[in-house]
Amino acid sequence: MPQNYVPIFLFMGVAFAIPAVTLVLFKLVRPENPHKTKLMPYECGITPLDDARGRYTVRFYIVAILFVVFDVETIFLLPWAVRFRWLGKFGLLEMGIFLGILIVGYIWIWKKGALEWV
Amino acid sequence: MTLGTFIIVSVIKIVIALFVLLTGVAYTVWLERKLVGRIQNRWGPTRVGPFGLLQPLADGAKFLFKEDITPPHVYKPLYIAAPMIAMIFAVTSMAVIPIGDWVTVAGVHTPLQITDVNIGLLIILGITSIGVYGIALAGWASNSKYSLLGGLRATAQMISYEVALGLSLVGVLILSGTFSLRGIVDAQAGTWWGWLPKWNFFQGQFVAFFVYLMAAFAETNRVPFDLPEAETELVAGYHTEYSAMKFAMFFMAEYANMFTVACLASLLFLGGWHGPLFGPTWLQEILPVFWFALRVFAFIFLYIWIRGTLPRFRYDQLMKFGWKVLLPLAVANLVITGLVVALRA
Repeated sequence: MPQNYVPIFLFMGVAFAIPAVTLVLFKLVRPENPHKTKLMPYECGITPLDDARGRYTVRFYIVAILFVVFDVETIFLLPWAVRFRWLGKFGLLEMGIFLGILIVGYIWIWKKGALEWV
Repeated sequence: MTLGTFIIVSVIKIVIALFVLLTGVAYTVWLERKLVGRIQNRWGPTRVGPFGLLQPLADGAKFLFKEDITPPHVYKPLYIAAPMIAMIFAVTSMAVIPIGDWVTVAGVHTPLQITDVNIGLLIILGITSIGVYGIALAGWASNSKYSLLGGLRATAQMISYEVALGLSLVGVLILSGTFSLRGIVDAQAGTWWGWLPKWNFFQGQFVAFFVYLMAAFAETNRVPFDLPEAETELVAGYHTEYSAMKFAMFFMAEYANMFTVACLASLLFLGGWHGPLFGPTWLQEILPVFWFALRVFAFIFLYIWIRGTLPRFRYDQLMKFGWKVLLPLAVANLVITGLVVALRA
């Protein structure tokens, strides 16, 4: 039933209202004493020399790409699992082929060292 | 039920659920401080009220009345949006979690759940995934080195373990054949030989359960996978530059996520609210909720217990564990479950 989805958005609205209202309303009573050193980026007392947004290691990007590959696989597996009994042997064979290709890919990225983090 | 009644009933349920959830979050913080204190041979909070029971209220008041610093070096729109995103979606995932059977209150027959949708599990997976944005954006928008490192680590860790988490659920879905959380729990009713409950855990999903549990610890950034926060090296990770209410939002998001994960583990693997029913009718209506709460409490206790026991992983160990141990285990579990179910049919 489509109206069953309405409470989710209602809930989201209430969940949005609570932090938003507290943030705005308590601005009236919160102290506001900005100070130059208080507003500096926190680096354990040392004055920061440059901007934080420098370059970082490429491994984070590799992990992100692997995530896309395997998460799409998961999304593909979930509806298959729900209809598993209905699909029968045909479904098992189909998914066996799909998983086989993926496992070969998984072994390949393992051998390539994409899963190493050194 | 007319649409008007439906909306009113939903709003009442939302208000109750939010109240229970936020109180639960506040008292989980108290419980954690108390238990970790006892584990480390300290007292934990004792001063505010008996056994420090009013400590959460004192903390809440302090969060509201402290100065909310917005440093000038941050990217302001995302800096403010990030904690909101983290909290809103952490809380919203509760919307589809059932806590008990159907009840009739004042002539209205309704499930003990804010809304019963047939793709409940997918909705929870989707909503909790959005929570990653809150942390990634907080780390980036803060423009501080600790925050950026914490945010990057958190993002890489959460997306890595999300794969194992998603795959560990496939076995459960094969057994129950539905995305509806209520349907999954209903499929676990009954016992074998009169004493062994037909929980998915005992139906052969114990490997999936432990994979899920470990992935869930990583998803919620808890010890031993709390590298995004890692006090000893990153100060506080992605929320280093946050203070007062915005900091509290990240805190509430983390604990609300713990609750979601604990509820999901109880529903998917441990039979949800099934348990022995006895006594008069009113007791039989309340007992399922009690059995469910007991399971969730057991998970929360386990979370805190592990926090008091285990040291933190190293980052390369963490990534290795997620990709080279949990992922193959989850795939093996799904293949074996599929084969067994297909051969039995």
